Amino acid sequence: MAGLSLQGVGKTYSGNVDAVTGVEIEIADGEFIVLVGPSGCGKSTLLRMVAGLETVTRGEIRIGDRVVNRLDPADRDIAMVFQNYALYPHMSVRDNMAYGLKNRGESRAVIDERVAEAARMLELGPYLDRKPRALSGGQRQRVAMGRAIVRQPAAFLFDEPLSNLDAKLRVSMRGEIRRLQRRLGTTSLYVTHDQLEAMTLADRLVVLNGGRVEQIGAPLEVYRSPASTFVAGFIGSPAMNLLDARVEGGRVVLEDQAIGGAELPEGPVTLGLRPEDLRLVQAGGLALRLDYVEELGAQRILHGFVGGQPLSVAEAGAAPLSDVVRVAVREDRLHLFETRSGHRIERAGLAAMEPAE
Amino acid sequence: MTRGSGPRARAPRCNQNSGTQVTDTPMTTLETERTLLARLRAWYSAEDANPTKRVQFDRPLTPWLFVLPQLAVVAIFFYWPSVQAVTSSFYIEDPFGFGSTFVGMENYGDAVTSSQYRDTALFTAFFCVVVTALSLGLGLLLAVKADKVIRGTETYKTLLISVYAIAPPVAGLMGMMFFDMHMGPIKDLFALFGHDLRVGIDYWDTAIALITISVWKQIPYNFIFFLSGLQSVPVPVREAALIDARSGWRRFRDVILPLLAPTAFFLLIINITYTMFDTFPIIDVIVKDKPANNPMTLVYKVYLDGFKGNDIGGSSAQSVILMVVVAALTVLQFRFLERRVHYG
Ligand SMILES: Nc1ncnc2c1ncn2[C@@H]1O[C@H](COP(=O)(O)OP(=O)(O)OP(=O)(O)O)[C@@H](O)[C@H]1O
Ligand SMILES: [Mg+2]
Repeated sequence: MAGLSLQGVGKTYSGNVDAVTGVEIEIADGEFIVLVGPSGCGKSTLLRMVAGLETVTRGEIRIGDRVVNRLDPADRDIAMVFQNYALYPHMSVRDNMAYGLKNRGESRAVIDERVAEAARMLELGPYLDRKPRALSGGQRQRVAMGRAIVRQPAAFLFDEPLSNLDAKLRVSMRGEIRRLQRRLGTTSLYVTHDQLEAMTLADRLVVLNGGRVEQIGAPLEVYRSPASTFVAGFIGSPAMNLLDARVEGGRVVLEDQAIGGAELPEGPVTLGLRPEDLRLVQAGGLALRLDYVEELGAQRILHGFVGGQPLSVAEAGAAPLSDVVRVAVREDRLHLFETRSGHRIERAGLAAMEPAE
Repeated sequence: MTRGSGPRARAPRCNQNSGTQVTDTPMTTLETERTLLARLRAWYSAEDANPTKRVQFDRPLTPWLFVLPQLAVVAIFFYWPSVQAVTSSFYIEDPFGFGSTFVGMENYGDAVTSSQYRDTALFTAFFCVVVTALSLGLGLLLAVKADKVIRGTETYKTLLISVYAIAPPVAGLMGMMFFDMHMGPIKDLFALFGHDLRVGIDYWDTAIALITISVWKQIPYNFIFFLSGLQSVPVPVREAALIDARSGWRRFRDVILPLLAPTAFFLLIINITYTMFDTFPIIDVIVKDKPANNPMTLVYKVYLDGFKGNDIGGSSAQSVILMVVVAALTVLQFRFLERRVHYG
């Protein structure tokens, strides 16, 4: 077991496609890191560089204290779980798990013991002699996990391992992966584009955008103080409302309505409001012209407009709604971003003032 | 056998292959005929039980009309010659065509006891093994090398298979030129090693030429099948193997090769058929009108004895034996090899 360190890692594909640029991540031993970002942002590329399936154009990757840039995948002491499982179709479940160990010259006894142990952990016992094609998707996924576990590697690498499963199974496998990782304490690097999966699994999230790291942090930290409008829009569901506002005379003004104080120079600013931070109020606050309502059971999501800008509100109530409702937000839940760069403006800039209700 | 007989059926093969079907000639007693007719009529007038499956023809006989030309071809070029072959294998034909005498199994006896026949059979077996092994092996080797370079590029594949577009007689002719006694480059090549290559005169020199040309002709076919087989091995599976095994040879042996097995099995049958039958034109070009004792396959001997030697009965007997052997071989392959083949 070992930590993982990526220093200035970059990848340029043929044809000058910059897929990954200047990635710096230090991963502690036993940490569960989730790489998250929209499609094409370079998550898989980064993971595959760690695995050795893709050459590293720039920078240095260390597993433990070894620089692995030029090592064969088999020599890196990692195990990978692929999106479509990538099981060997002609081998039984047992052989699928044992194959890597056999090639490393482990003794028969060690192999048998580890396979049995993994099969017990993953409840694969009854299927050990079956071929992968005779298994369900979830079972195949578990075999792929088993194949990774038996190697007892320095690090697990997962590339969207759950995206081929149905929603319900995905949730239960998510829990299973998290439990297993805790129990084994193996450093893990996990790729997903599903922000919910990312939030629930990660010790720390790495949000990627266009091949660059936007933010690294614990899930709640990223949720509470997203470093940019990109992260703000990506983490959290329903997505954070991002609205054009202005700072005028030390206050944040949205559509002629002051909603909080800010010790900032006058000018445009992007205001971020989480739908779940907004509350319906009887009087005061912002006037929200309702467009439509999504009922989710436990809560409902109100979509509407404030002035000309779309805004959504997540709300637990069931009271009937008029065409125009009034919403308010606690001032300490306001997020401000530079309009030009999208960077977060730190809370220090927000003056502690009375709630704008 | 269905897969063994490729799209490249040629006349000499038709004669041999068909024997199994000969016994299938229906026994047309009145009884069966009447029920058959009744069934046909009932079927003709019956409403289709499953409307979604209803055919697009207003008369059920129309589709048969479309199949008829194919059936006619099969009957004329396949069944009829086979029946002829089996029948005439029991007769000795007068060399000048004035009738024939029934001799029972004598033709068969003559064939199997003839030392010349046994030599040819031995050579055919040897030729079959060597050509199949070499053309499969080299085809696979080239495919593996090409697969590394060209993952997915169509133009290369087309270029590489184009050799296969050369018809066997042309391949034979080209090969003959390469091996030519007076100006062939291969002769010069052998001369470098101090060997005087005399194709068409020296038995083993001729054999070398036959094998080389036959292998050369068949490699592109095997290559293209192996290549597409290799390219259909899923990339993630290769990558999983890359993580599981350091040695490229082990990955190939344990992961790639088993996934290629269906392709290899199919090619094995195709290649055996090829060496047995489709090498005929190559042999013809090389040994035709050469007086010496040259190597040849059983198929060529059938032709030689029958059409050059005018021994129709003997050559028919030989062709029936050959047909039985090939049928047995195919059955054996399917029974014992196919079990070890993993289909997706
Ligand atoms: N072999 C390649 N050659 C050239 N460009 C590539 C290659 N593989 C990926 N790319 C490009 O690199 C970028 C990152 O791709 P990558 O597969 O890492 O995305 P991803 O974040 O995993 O996306 P997804 O969530 O859809 O899997 C993309 O723009 C892609 O087009
Ligand atoms: Mg990906």
